[in-house]
Amino acid sequence: MNLHEYQSKRVFARYGIPIPKGEVASTPTEAREIAGKLGGKVVVKSQVLVGGRGKAGGIKLAVDKDDAEEKAKAILGMDIKGLTVAKVLVDEAADIKDEIYLGLVIDRARRRVVMMGSSEGGVDIEEVAATMPDKIVKVAIDPCIGFRSYQAMDLATALGIPKELTRSFAQIASGLYSAFVDSDASLAEINPLVVTGDGKLLAVDGKMSIDDNALYRHKALAELRDPSEEDPYEVEARRYDLSYVKLDGDIGCMVNGAGLSMATMDMIKLFGGAPANFLDIGGGATSERVAAALRIILSDQNVKTVLINIFGGITRCDEVARGIVTALGEVGATCPMVVRLVGTNETEGRAILADAKMETASTLAEAAQKAVAASQS
Amino acid sequence: MSILVNNNTRLIVQGITGREGMFHAEQMIAYGTNVVGGVTPGKGGQWAVGVPVFDSVRDAVRATEANTSIIYVPAAFSPDAILEAVDAGIKLVVCITEGVPTLDMVRVRAYIDQTDARLIGPNCPGLITPGAAKVGIMPGHIHIPGNVGVVSRSGTLTYEVVAALTARGIGQSTAVGIGGDPIIGSTFIDILELFETDADTEQVVMIGEIGGTDEEEAARFIRDHMSKPVTGFIAGQTAPPGKRMGHAGAIISGGKGTAAEKVQALEAAGVRMAKQPTDIAELVAANIGR
Repeated sequence: MNLHEYQSKRVFARYGIPIPKGEVASTPTEAREIAGKLGGKVVVKSQVLVGGRGKAGGIKLAVDKDDAEEKAKAILGMDIKGLTVAKVLVDEAADIKDEIYLGLVIDRARRRVVMMGSSEGGVDIEEVAATMPDKIVKVAIDPCIGFRSYQAMDLATALGIPKELTRSFAQIASGLYSAFVDSDASLAEINPLVVTGDGKLLAVDGKMSIDDNALYRHKALAELRDPSEEDPYEVEARRYDLSYVKLDGDIGCMVNGAGLSMATMDMIKLFGGAPANFLDIGGGATSERVAAALRIILSDQNVKTVLINIFGGITRCDEVARGIVTALGEVGATCPMVVRLVGTNETEGRAILADAKMETASTLAEAAQKAVAASQS
Repeated sequence: MSILVNNNTRLIVQGITGREGMFHAEQMIAYGTNVVGGVTPGKGGQWAVGVPVFDSVRDAVRATEANTSIIYVPAAFSPDAILEAVDAGIKLVVCITEGVPTLDMVRVRAYIDQTDARLIGPNCPGLITPGAAKVGIMPGHIHIPGNVGVVSRSGTLTYEVVAALTARGIGQSTAVGIGGDPIIGSTFIDILELFETDADTEQVVMIGEIGGTDEEEAARFIRDHMSKPVTGFIAGQTAPPGKRMGHAGAIISGGKGTAAEKVQALEAAGVRMAKQPTDIAELVAANIGR
């Protein structure tokens, strides 16, 4: 789950990281009031969960409160990469002398949380990684001993942080690590971390992603989720613990297991079709979950055919079959369906589906081929 | 031979009184796995599916001399269950549970690395040595004993491939599902290394997916250290970037971890790559002249 900039920066502030004064507005009038309170120049920043807001015109400098109202009017309601701006953050404008990047990720190969810093702040770090990899300094953090001050000093030196700011930098770096670990984050970054004209460090922009699997123990963070930023089908799927990703094609897929789901999509493509979604019903799905999955697939207007591919292990084919029958009883079969059920309790599952008049297949290739044919007829 | 599990496996089931634990304990026993007991805190002294239940792994090990454990407890309790098993002296811990927080696994893995225990998973189907021991949730009947080692990040996709091998009469030495999470106990390299030295394994099938760089690292290992032929497949060739495809680990981020990169790295290391999963059995058959 991704946090908005203002949400991320509020988390950072709780860990002693200095952020600009500012507040969130959802109307131009509110933006004017906030700017008035702050006094002086402000930055009006769209709060949407995509990168490249600045380039899209979603971040604007305003010289006073009148200007802030104007800029907010322009930005609110704007479409940035398919998302409508509903909120802006009005921040005190910083006097920027230098920009640094500071971020934390989980490095899978090293199996450690890794802190990354770059003196090339303010730009897309992936671009820096691609074009100037030597401009990125990395420090791996042992989970048992945590982030140590010598590591912060090493980073400060490598990033060319002015001597008088190293102590402040170390506090920010250590605060960022604590925020990361305490929030079960998968990403936490300050970009840019600004050296101001009066010689202070300031986290001007921030971003956090939280591990979905850990949200059960972070109720406050879980409540920050913004469903208006997400695909409605994906929101509905999450209620039933289904893993669903909307795609552009017309063959709805219901599969058990992420690897098999991906392979099923690959096969559909191979036979000239296009998957409408990725949907993994997960391990050990109950009939209720399966029914929900089928309802979600069928509610997508693009879907012309449904392909159900189940290779039972922990998932039992009879449970899946019961779920299919339940869902069809509720919404009816609105399009052709191709079903392949093999593995645990497959005989029981097939018996349940025997009356449902569905196209069946015994192999993945056969199922994919039949689904593609049905979608094109 | 085979790797990791065999007729000497003495298995305990952590979470044996739960819905999944009980169902699969029964299935593993029916397959012929030597299940010697189960663990559910607070239910020690009871019996489940014909084996004794203990309050702790320590009690279970003391009473049954178990050497392997399989975990079916909910994600919130799985890190503890793994550590408890390792501390009780279990040498092979298999964690089936899906949804364990990644930072928990960073800590658990750092701890396990200091011991001589081995972890498979989490978020995996387990492993099976056909005809000897099934320590997992895979349907046993699709496997037959033989000389092909299988290692995979996926669960059900592995069943797909194994079933195709079996249909051609090609048996498996051991099939291992290493799991689809970003941090796992055993990687491709760990398992490839075991297959390379296993006398019963003549060739290996490796099934990867998008996300991370495990397949690229495995490619380097295969190039430098494997003498046995390897056949491969990567799932997610049509997956869009930036979207997590079910597995926490299956995501193309920052342009890294694409199927194309992985296929290229493996091909360069001499691995024969299948275009679709159903082609794997054919490539394997060609290696043994069938």
